[in-house]
Amino acid sequence: MPADAASRTPPTPDRALGAVPSAGLRLPSWLVTLTMLLPTYAWLTLAILLPLGAMLSFSFMTATPLGKKEVAFTFKHYRAFIDQPYLIGVAWTSLLIGLWTTFLCAVVGFFTALALARATAGRLRETLLILVILPFWTNGLVRVFSWTMVIREGGFLDLLARSVWPDAPSLGFLYSLPAIILGLVHGYLPYMVLTCYIALVTIDDSILEAAESLGARKWTVLWRIIVPMAAPGLISGSVLIFVPVIGAFMEPRILGGPRGVTLGTVIEEQFTQAFNWPLGAALSFTILALVLGIFATFSGVLRRSSSL
Amino acid sequence: MKLAARTYILAVLIFLYLPIAVLIAMGFNESPLYQLPFSFSSHWYVELMSNRKLLNASWNSVLIAAITAVIATVLGTLAAVALSRRQFFGKEALRLLLLPPIAIPWLITGTAMLVFFYWTGIGRGFHAILIGHVALAIPYVVLVVGTGLTTIRADLEEAAMSLGAPPVKAFFRVTLPLLAPSIFGAALFAFAVSLDQFVVSYFLATPGSSTLPVEIYSAIRKGFTPEINAVCTILLLGSVSIFLLFTLFAKPGASRDRS
Repeated sequence: MPADAASRTPPTPDRALGAVPSAGLRLPSWLVTLTMLLPTYAWLTLAILLPLGAMLSFSFMTATPLGKKEVAFTFKHYRAFIDQPYLIGVAWTSLLIGLWTTFLCAVVGFFTALALARATAGRLRETLLILVILPFWTNGLVRVFSWTMVIREGGFLDLLARSVWPDAPSLGFLYSLPAIILGLVHGYLPYMVLTCYIALVTIDDSILEAAESLGARKWTVLWRIIVPMAAPGLISGSVLIFVPVIGAFMEPRILGGPRGVTLGTVIEEQFTQAFNWPLGAALSFTILALVLGIFATFSGVLRRSSSL
Repeated sequence: MKLAARTYILAVLIFLYLPIAVLIAMGFNESPLYQLPFSFSSHWYVELMSNRKLLNASWNSVLIAAITAVIATVLGTLAAVALSRRQFFGKEALRLLLLPPIAIPWLITGTAMLVFFYWTGIGRGFHAILIGHVALAIPYVVLVVGTGLTTIRADLEEAAMSLGAPPVKAFFRVTLPLLAPSIFGAALFAFAVSLDQFVVSYFLATPGSSTLPVEIYSAIRKGFTPEINAVCTILLLGSVSIFLLFTLFAKPGASRDRS
């Protein structure tokens, strides 16, 4: 098989790699490695690392250095939570949204993965898995927008309710905290299903059968065997969900309306409307510190479950 | 028990797809105020064809995604091959450096790019969005191609070399053809990452260079008609077809070597 695959391609000019001529002078191995790696890491440096560095230095400036404004060094933006107490409320809202979203994804996603792993097989399982992952590939913005059609007053939810009971009061709950959480759960659920599924398919049937034959009840099996064995999946799924949710700004804006003030929207405002870049940068780095803390805490679990 | 489990999966799938179905249906509903009951009309799709702003943004999106896919795939493939086939010091550190674009919330990467590009004079616009998208796509390319490389036995290449093929020739004639499906899959992945990217584009876009998601967002914020549903539907269709292509290409790569 490999041989016929190889013979199908036309001979490629040896200079294509740019660095290694085929015969005659042979470049040192380290130079070849460097040439292969440099473009990628130069690009990441320009687009990710230097910007983060620039942002870090901005977070210590007294004002946005636009025009000829004098700027000095300060720590004051990192004191924002003390100086502007309303930010504590905002952070609390963000935390609440993050925890609820992660919790709901964990519960719904775990049982979906369990059902997939224990009640389906073969073609059906493959198809269902693809159907669960598919929304993930679609635009998050579009999915959030789609919920506004469902949960607004007079939307699809009301239509459904009124087809059962014509005088039903409106069930619409757009522009509320639950609306934001609903949209986020919808967006991030596939992560949890996937990470839990990967952990669950490795469980050996005979362990469960052994437990049952020894008289363990279904709940005992679930809590004492399945959940502990799925823990790495649950944890890495939770990290993968909590981290982006804590920095979300588009979902709270669209589904939360005026109620949707989160750390994400406050940061976005500093950059697009208030032009207080230093404050935005300091808040960003506060979140980044939290994110790095989470990753450091769970790095062992994350590495193990990614290598499965 | 099995029935209950399957009913549960069905309920989850309905939860995942119902709003999307409603979104698509409302694009075919005549009322500009999204009033129900439903009455079919393709009016909004016709209208869309003369919406300069959305068409221009769509073109930008596709163009940026295509260029991103090419650049990220070339750079990422080179890096993936080096990371998995060559020996050098500091490999683990370089692998770790691939994580920030994936792991740091886009809000933070996006605003950091805004700050830095402004500061250095790179500025905002088409080129800035492109720089950002490529950086976000590279780690995924390295991941997909790297996974493909693990399924291809390194000793095939070594065999070719022991038979007298120079290393580069051995790579291009043996490993690369086997790797082609993974590379194509990675390119599709990069295309999709760029096409669906909103947050980073949002901070780097200028009025003329905005992408489709940015235009959709500003429409949602400022007031919209079912035209937006129509354009969302087309975008969904695009993403789904890329996904199906991806599953088609990324899989044969893995299964071919196993045979």
